[in-house]
Amino acid sequence: MVNLRDESRAGRYGRFGGQYVPETLMKALNELELAYNNAINDPTFKEEVDYYLKDYVGRETPLYYAERLTKELGGAKIYLKREDLNHTGAHKINNTIGQAVLAKRMGKKKIVAETGAGQHGVATATVCALFDMECVVFMGKEDIRRQELNIFRMELLGAKVVSVDQGSGTLKDAVNEALRYWVSNVEDTHYILGSALGPHPFPQIVRDFQRVIGVETRQQILEREGKLPDAVVACVGGGSNAIGMFHPFLEDEAVALFGVEAGGSGITTGLHAAAVASAKEGVLHGAFMYILQDDDGYIQEAHSISAGLDYPAIGPEHSYLHDIGRVKYTSVTDLEALEGVKLLSKKEGIIPALESAHAIHYAVRLAKEMSPEQILVICLSGRGDKDVQTVRDALGGEQ
Amino acid sequence: MAKKRLLEAINKINFDGEKAFIPYIMAGDGGLNSLKTKLLYLQDLGATAIEVGIPFSDPVADGPTIQSAGERSLANGTTLRLIMKEIESFYEVVKVPLVLMTYYNPILSYGLKKFAVDCERIGISGLIVPDLPIEESDTLRMELASTDVALVPLVSLTSPAERIAKIIASGEGFIYAVTVNGITGVRDGFDEQLKQHFVSLKEKSPIPVLAGFGISTPEQVVNIGALADGVIVGSAIVDAFHQNDLSKIQALIQASKKKVLN
Repeated sequence: MVNLRDESRAGRYGRFGGQYVPETLMKALNELELAYNNAINDPTFKEEVDYYLKDYVGRETPLYYAERLTKELGGAKIYLKREDLNHTGAHKINNTIGQAVLAKRMGKKKIVAETGAGQHGVATATVCALFDMECVVFMGKEDIRRQELNIFRMELLGAKVVSVDQGSGTLKDAVNEALRYWVSNVEDTHYILGSALGPHPFPQIVRDFQRVIGVETRQQILEREGKLPDAVVACVGGGSNAIGMFHPFLEDEAVALFGVEAGGSGITTGLHAAAVASAKEGVLHGAFMYILQDDDGYIQEAHSISAGLDYPAIGPEHSYLHDIGRVKYTSVTDLEALEGVKLLSKKEGIIPALESAHAIHYAVRLAKEMSPEQILVICLSGRGDKDVQTVRDALGGEQ
Repeated sequence: MAKKRLLEAINKINFDGEKAFIPYIMAGDGGLNSLKTKLLYLQDLGATAIEVGIPFSDPVADGPTIQSAGERSLANGTTLRLIMKEIESFYEVVKVPLVLMTYYNPILSYGLKKFAVDCERIGISGLIVPDLPIEESDTLRMELASTDVALVPLVSLTSPAERIAKIIASGEGFIYAVTVNGITGVRDGFDEQLKQHFVSLKEKSPIPVLAGFGISTPEQVVNIGALADGVIVGSAIVDAFHQNDLSKIQALIQASKKKVLN
């Protein structure tokens, strides 16, 4: 049997992961790993994180039976894990709360972060306000254009938002700039990476803080249905909501897991963000993983209507789960995601984030092929308020 | 195979009472066909070795000057394959050792084995891979084992003593001591702890210790050079070539030629 949790070497998931960073960062990464290992063995750390997750974030989030959607499709019983109901509107805060409490333990009062859609930036700015920390957020200029209101949100929360003009002006370039900033300010600054990416120990830390999604879901579905779901679907950019949802189910072999990448204009057009579909591996932002790149090893721009999935790679643990076949990775195009937005809005009165709409669209296809006795869980990673303008522009007034 | 060529070039210049001076240029900035001219120009000015930067789409260890040079180079269609071909076409006339500085992904994509073989064939003497710390370097190191291509390690001001010992033990060619907690680029002051850092590094290292990152003026070449066995100057050289201000380059190299009285 394949090893579902291959961590034979710290920070490695099979051949993926690692620490491909400038030497200047190695001390900080080693310190972070040590501090994190100490923290998770200290019950007071977990208590503090849990306290904020409950009273501040509003966990646990509901596992909602989407009855109208289920009836409409006539297939599997569909449940939505309502991460959109978290404070700040997405799953991102699960991780930023955890990392901010960790930074506090490490005595670091300054935080740097990158953001794509702005959700992670807002979630980081939020916890920095909560814990009285200085906050700098790097954001690609293209993303700033797409998510203007989130800049104002971050600034309102006291963060400094820095526009990144280099490269494609999107999430990957924001990560580059955040890493550069961290290299220069490593002594007093903690980097709150927002997805299950980057050099070890980040993919592990982010996954562990996001595991609450899957842990709650597992317990809730057992209470509600007395059995585990037959399928679980989540969208994947770097992959934080998906890894958090999937991880507690990895050893339940009867639970089929589906990761949905952003298919952009379609895989064959080359304008997409589906790293697994591209089938090329390499090193970016400190980790070995599947990456969109050309034949010379230059990283390509990702394309997606959803800023949060607009990242040219998939995190190292996802890369591994793909290799061993435990998770099936697939993709959904921009147009299909828009259908997902419309469907969930009309049938359930929930406007999903464009990211989550990718999972919804794939789940719709999947549910139809399943029987009414079967259960399908969708990770509804965020709410769609931030995307209303983008969706309106894309639909051109059509509803 | 012992890595000799790069090491001997630096040792020789130090033996003569001078500091090593390694300028950095971005391959393909100003067109790949200008590479040979620039290398020969720097060779004639007395560079000890020359660091040839390979442009990358995501250069996390570089500051604005080298990022921009990389973007200009990429816009010209420069790739690692084209650079290797270009160097192959003239390498016999370049006498100073060439050291390639490249991020890891382009050489992964090129194929590590093929890259090692090709480097040896076209006379490359050293490699600097800024995103490949010692923990991740075994695979490349193995491919280079049978060549005279030194894998030059970086040591930072933040590296703890036990890491420094490990890095020095595996070091080939020279030790690249990063003089700032930061990315490449021009800046003003230097850290107070710098002097002690170099005393300690030189004590421990059997191979030369060269200082790099943030060295941009002739005064810094003299002052930082005095602490180390030589200096690497990147952004200031790249900028001077871009502005076509060759007198700056001459002044920088000249500063390293002042005999050191020990």
